[in-house]
Amino acid sequence: MAATEKTPVTGAGPFNGALTWIDQRFPLMSLWREHLSEYYAPKNFNFWYYFGSIALLVLVIQIVSGIFLTMNYKPDSREAFASVEYIMRDVPAGWLIRYIHSTGASFFFISVYLHMARGLMYGSYRKPRELIWIFGMVIYLTLMGEAFFGYLLPWGQMSYWGAQVIVNLFGTVPFVGEGLAVWIRGDYNISDATLNRFFALHVAALPLALVGLVAAHLMALHEVGSNNPDGIEIKKNLDPRTGRPLDGIPFHPYYTVKDLMGVAVFLIVFSAVIFFAPELDGFFLEANNFIPANPLKTPQEIAPVWYFTPYYAILRAVPPMFDSKFPGVAVMGVAVLILFALPWLDRGRVKSIRYRGPRWKVAFAIFVLAFLVLGYLGVHPITVWGTFAEGVPLVGGGYIAVWVARLFTLLYFLFFLAMPWYTAHDREKPEPQRVTW
Amino acid sequence: MKRILVLLLVAPALAWAAEEGPKLDAAPVNLSDHASLQRGAAIFVNHCLNCHSATAMRYGRLEDLGLTQQQIEQNLLFTTERVGDTMSPPIDPDLYKTAFGVVPPDLSLIARSRSADWLYTYLRSFYRDPNSKTGWNNLVFPSVAMPHVLWKYQGQQKLEISTRIDEVTGDRIETYRLVPGEPGTLSPVAYDRYVGDLVNYLVFMSEPAQETRRMWGVVVLLFLAGFFVLTMLLKKEYWKDVR
Repeated sequence: MAATEKTPVTGAGPFNGALTWIDQRFPLMSLWREHLSEYYAPKNFNFWYYFGSIALLVLVIQIVSGIFLTMNYKPDSREAFASVEYIMRDVPAGWLIRYIHSTGASFFFISVYLHMARGLMYGSYRKPRELIWIFGMVIYLTLMGEAFFGYLLPWGQMSYWGAQVIVNLFGTVPFVGEGLAVWIRGDYNISDATLNRFFALHVAALPLALVGLVAAHLMALHEVGSNNPDGIEIKKNLDPRTGRPLDGIPFHPYYTVKDLMGVAVFLIVFSAVIFFAPELDGFFLEANNFIPANPLKTPQEIAPVWYFTPYYAILRAVPPMFDSKFPGVAVMGVAVLILFALPWLDRGRVKSIRYRGPRWKVAFAIFVLAFLVLGYLGVHPITVWGTFAEGVPLVGGGYIAVWVARLFTLLYFLFFLAMPWYTAHDREKPEPQRVTW
Repeated sequence: MKRILVLLLVAPALAWAAEEGPKLDAAPVNLSDHASLQRGAAIFVNHCLNCHSATAMRYGRLEDLGLTQQQIEQNLLFTTERVGDTMSPPIDPDLYKTAFGVVPPDLSLIARSRSADWLYTYLRSFYRDPNSKTGWNNLVFPSVAMPHVLWKYQGQQKLEISTRIDEVTGDRIETYRLVPGEPGTLSPVAYDRYVGDLVNYLVFMSEPAQETRRMWGVVVLLFLAGFFVLTMLLKKEYWKDVR
């Protein structure tokens, strides 16, 4: 292959020569065109479309701030807690790096949840984008693992007991559970061995997986093209002269400048938390985690960080059966995994919330409400709303919060399980031919 | 109708939940008041550091409060320490385990794990209790192992229990109140200020960079506001030819 066959790069001024040299040895210009300057995205993206690029930005922020934290953190059960305080006090700007990382964890989930909500609203998981959704779900699962492993590292009381509770969940699996839990911990308790392996997974294994998965997510997206708030395919209306989508605009410069504006707004909110409320009233950094881990002293309340609370509420809502807590664990696991099936559960003829029928809209509203209520309940102890009076049929004497969680767990699952039915029989509106603009 | 029933059932539970635990007084925290923080540092070093440690805190960090290295060395250090050292107690904390049954907790982060209001109320809620091991007890932290270290300043409060019978339910309701006993060297107002200075210092010590953090926050937000305007203008400029 003669490298010189490619046409020289133009339009880069003094860099034309250097770029031509590279382009003749590396697919620089074709990558640039395929993914940026000639990737045609629908022109009608709205507010909800900022969160993909913001999630990508947070990933980069987490990797960079994480590298700097790793330079001073000690993954040793005797030194970990003190090394975090060393970062907070003695490392120049260490407090800033640490707060960027701890706040970034929560903002990663905020952007990912909003990004997923966008996908639900506009049917972005539907054919031909099933694989984008699958990759996205694997990213979400990996992110949950990343957050869980990372939360142990400060070695505070919540780090320790949170990890204890979650690993014990695996211990409930029939027959193999106990062995599985020991295999995960590397010990019979959360210990130095656990800290070391969680550190390895948190700083090496899962970040590598995340970067690869994000690349796959984007490649799959750029293969089929972006969805949009109307849920129609812009590739159906091509300009007969150029062969480009009539409703598409090049990602660069149009969406690079638009996303840059979104990034500016995001950074304002992000910085407001970092500099003025890094604990965010206990939601981002829990008070109990400022106490060093003590294996002999269980805290009164062990609550997970806010981004896991909907699933935690589901776990607590399921009563133990046959002397085993495994049913709750299984239901919680299925609550996450059921999202994978979404592309095949939805049988609607339209994709976007704009043209969906009333049944889907009601179901979706209930689902969002269920997720929020379960999230709220997961933050609080089950005693938060007190108990039903004795003598009330069925629920007498039971905790109100538990029964409400049961109701909303049921509704959460009904959103998915009844979806093939209510999407197939719904009064949908006709989709437009071209995007609404 | 059912909804009303549920509400009626929930209401007493909510009222009970709100009353749970002692009511905390608001601590007078002001981290820009360096005089208060310096007084608090002196109280901390003289009274708390005999048993407790603050292993994350270096003496040198007190320079943030406007003290010079010399002032720290002359007034706040025990004999063997240097300014670069962290605050550890002069006696092995494990010895206190024999005396009080617990190792006194490290106080570096106590204001973040307990909250300023809790500390402020706790340090003012000790009372004489002949039934406890130390002769002291605390309304905020019942059966606490620590005796009232600052008793000479506050004096010896007494617990007053008043009982009444709820007319509707017939329940016996006990109300606890602390009343002044033998007075200390400080008036109640002066003692509140004394504890306020100490708590102010504990808040500072739990995160010495927090004033710096807030200052930089203003700078960063102002910069980002300008950055946002630029990106908005840039976006408008590019998007005006999208039709």
